[in-house]
Amino acid sequence: METILLLAHADAGGALAKPAREALRAARTLNKAIAGSNLFVGLIGENVQAAADSIAACPATRYFGVAGAEFGQSRYCTDAAAAQAIIQAAQATLVVAPATSRWNRVLPGVAQRCGGRIDSHVTGVADADGQPVVNRWYYRQRMEASLTRTQRPWFMLIDPGSQEACECGAGAATVELVPVKLAEAGQRTTVVGIREPKADAQTIRPDAPLLFVTGAGWTKKQADGQAHVEEAGKLIVDFLKLSRASLGSSKSLVDLGGEGQAVLPFLSHLNQIGQTGSTPRHAKGLSTCCHGEEPHTVGWRFIAERRAISLDPNCGWARGKADVLYVADAFAVIAELNKLLG
Amino acid sequence: MDYQIVVCAGIVPDPLQTLEPVAAATGPALKNEMMLPAVLDPWASHALYEAAILAKNAPGSKVWLVSLGPKAKLQQVMMTVAQKVPFELVALEGPASGFTEAAEVAAALAEAIQAIPGLDKSKLLVFGGWESASRGAGATLQMAGERLGITEQFQGVDQLVAGADGSLEILERIEGGRHQVSKCAGPPALLGWATGSLPEPKNNPQIGMANMRALMPALQKAKPAKLAGEGLKFLSVTLPKQLRATQIVKDKSPDAIAKEIAEWIKT
Repeated sequence: METILLLAHADAGGALAKPAREALRAARTLNKAIAGSNLFVGLIGENVQAAADSIAACPATRYFGVAGAEFGQSRYCTDAAAAQAIIQAAQATLVVAPATSRWNRVLPGVAQRCGGRIDSHVTGVADADGQPVVNRWYYRQRMEASLTRTQRPWFMLIDPGSQEACECGAGAATVELVPVKLAEAGQRTTVVGIREPKADAQTIRPDAPLLFVTGAGWTKKQADGQAHVEEAGKLIVDFLKLSRASLGSSKSLVDLGGEGQAVLPFLSHLNQIGQTGSTPRHAKGLSTCCHGEEPHTVGWRFIAERRAISLDPNCGWARGKADVLYVADAFAVIAELNKLLG
Repeated sequence: MDYQIVVCAGIVPDPLQTLEPVAAATGPALKNEMMLPAVLDPWASHALYEAAILAKNAPGSKVWLVSLGPKAKLQQVMMTVAQKVPFELVALEGPASGFTEAAEVAAALAEAIQAIPGLDKSKLLVFGGWESASRGAGATLQMAGERLGITEQFQGVDQLVAGADGSLEILERIEGGRHQVSKCAGPPALLGWATGSLPEPKNNPQIGMANMRALMPALQKAKPAKLAGEGLKFLSVTLPKQLRATQIVKDKSPDAIAKEIAEWIKT
């Protein structure tokens, strides 16, 4: 009999973030598909009661928690000890968790401690003849596999944005607090804080409906034989301010800085999407001045509606990949677009 | 303080190659896998460059590169990598496929690291890429770290600053384009690198010559790794069939296009 454990961490305010509710949906899918399975919830954080209450109406029958100031921070040694304690208390055979940076860091190590196996970047769960099955991508989103395992516990890290968030309501949950004994030797790391760009300079917005992708063409010579990097930068920044889009970039554009060429100063490797960057999930994507073939286009594999602006009607980035390709000068179009959005 | 830095780095098909899955006797594989040109995994390459700089700035430090793959492929890749930075290769013979099991690869890596002569755990930093460009699991390093008893682990690392007191200040990528800043008392620690901040070093023939002296014997001594994929069953591996019928708009003015896009954004 499978015991399915949703493992989540409460945020600083004690609430559950959307990726946790998406993972709960996946856990619930397995719970429905596997006859006789149990669904439990495990929570970690400074305080976990509010998070448990927020999903109390879900079909989980037991709630486990590890709470305390040291578990409010995202840190390998404390998170590993807490997760291991909950998994053992719940005797979980399937551990479903959101693929947040916190769980991505620690749960593979916990799987090792528990003698289990882990699959990360899971984009779908199902059953085949009563056995759990997961879907995940290989070779940087270039091929999709469906697989199952016999080992338990089997950990599944669910990619944020790949599932509908569970809408189960609030109530009063009874949380069984699990004690965790932290080894002294395991507390050698202190979380100092979070470093982030100023609010108006932050260009990565995971919750934005639109992903705006910039390619190397923005920094190339234009029709007048000159590069207009400063103008390109202003157009892009203005567009991001007006549209509240998230900014993605091709690798070639980000790499130009390392090669000593003119670059857009607000771009970093964090903006990079594609083969060696991220593959974000947004409802819409607008690419500008991008070029390239299949390996580069994985950056918008998970974008639902896609439009592109390019001077090349045969551009491999757009043709067959975008819904609409506008053959036009992105400088002129974005300037007009900014006027309309302003 | 001097460090003993062990970089775990796999080899992957050149990202510009077309990849196609096929069913092999041992499970899924890539079509013509042995014929595909290979490179050192991109994020692991960053880890190697960061290790080299750290070792250069901390006299007495040493860098090992632990890599698992078919010997012929390893040799091909090392011909290039060996010219970049100084390191000693620890080679393991086995498949470099993305379809191998992370836990089994981790076991092989940990065993190889433990067998490095003269390894001092109080100076040990294990580096690698936070994800590979093949399996992309982001799990292998953590499991290897657990086997080595390393409980200070960091993933998505973009910056490491070693303090004079031996402490390590580490920037890890977290959600929303932000970094978490942590301070670790010192080694042993494990860091899965994201992009870091260093450009790819230029080829240096002198470094290449020095590396090559130990590289060929290391390849000859490569131990076979057991990667059986026990308990793991692939039901299917397919390429996405997502060719879209792209509407090509050629003759509209910029303001007409802008109007259309603005409406699309707002709906």
